[in-house]
Amino acid sequence: MIYLKLFLTFFEIGAVSFGGGYGMISLIREIVLANAWMTENDFVNFIAVAESTPGPIAVNMATFIGTSQGGVLGALAATLGVVLPSFIIILLIAALIGNLLKFAGVQAFLSGVRPCIVALILGTAVTLGLGTLFGLETLGGGLAADGKAIAIFVLLCGVGFVFKRLLKKSPSPILMILLSAGLGVLLYGI
Amino acid sequence: MKREKKRGEKPLWTLFFSMLKIGLFTFGGGYAMLALFEAEFVARKKWVAKDEFLDMVAIAESTPGPLAINGATYIGYKVAGVFGSLAATAAVCIPSFVIISIISLFFDRFLALPYVAYAFQGIRVCVVWLILSAGLKLFCALKKNALNVVLLVTVLGSMIGCSLFAVDFSSILAILLCGAVGLSVCLLSRLRGKGGAKK
Repeated sequence: MIYLKLFLTFFEIGAVSFGGGYGMISLIREIVLANAWMTENDFVNFIAVAESTPGPIAVNMATFIGTSQGGVLGALAATLGVVLPSFIIILLIAALIGNLLKFAGVQAFLSGVRPCIVALILGTAVTLGLGTLFGLETLGGGLAADGKAIAIFVLLCGVGFVFKRLLKKSPSPILMILLSAGLGVLLYGI
Repeated sequence: MKREKKRGEKPLWTLFFSMLKIGLFTFGGGYAMLALFEAEFVARKKWVAKDEFLDMVAIAESTPGPLAINGATYIGYKVAGVFGSLAATAAVCIPSFVIISIISLFFDRFLALPYVAYAFQGIRVCVVWLILSAGLKLFCALKKNALNVVLLVTVLGSMIGCSLFAVDFSSILAILLCGAVGLSVCLLSRLRGKGGAKK
């Protein structure tokens, strides 16, 4: 039953995903690809949509994947699943164990989890980047570098760098998505 | 949302609509949303004290799940108990849920338009850039001690390696294993130093 599966899958993701939306991307990507719920391209397209619509990225993704697999009920099952672990844990902390963070065990566990999350996010960026820029999915698959994609990437890095230097802050994701959309039309369409 | 009618208190509705508003107008994920929570509930409504809010942020960051959901549940509970947290969490999700449900009806047809497809070829590159810069930002904030560096390099290496050799990699397993390593390192240093746990 797809609703139960969506609920349990997203419940599991919600229960172990530390570090917010980006930390969740590698978990969701694995599950989506393993179940063949979406292609890699569709998934990456949707990350852009999740970034440029309001609301938590995790809820956006759960809703989208849920809808694609089981309509409105599927979306409901997936969203409930991703939200419920947070809800239960925070409620327990707020109501009963306010000083949970002071337990040494919790801090020790988190001290191992923190670098892992950073690695998962960087690893996702590298594997997606190899696929998108160089057409490299696996070592057996061979290389098909996409010059236009690489050009866009270099430009985005440049813009990000200039923003940080001049304005002391990162450019907003939506601005960068719009810029890259324009570049995509310009380079691929003409 | 019939439940909060039973209580019928004003804060519950105000809380619900404040959260709905924040859910509807926050772009850019968790931290942007925490900033809006601060503006709305600490600065404007004064429902939550400043240092309590900072505690909440620390808890939201160190528990699993989306920051925004963690924050909404916590603030909701502080303002109006269990019903408050239900109302707040539901409210912060509803706008996302509705907007994405509508988008997903049209998304495939939208992507089938040629120029949209070209635009998304560019956008996919941007997604790589977004994830990379999020990762680098966290990397810069991470303390570069031995445990962190070893875990980071191991996980990063095995994740990229698995993907190149088409072997399945489990992020969930990686997270749990790293947590276990963190626990055992802490235990070991306690045993060795007798209370001299290094921090």
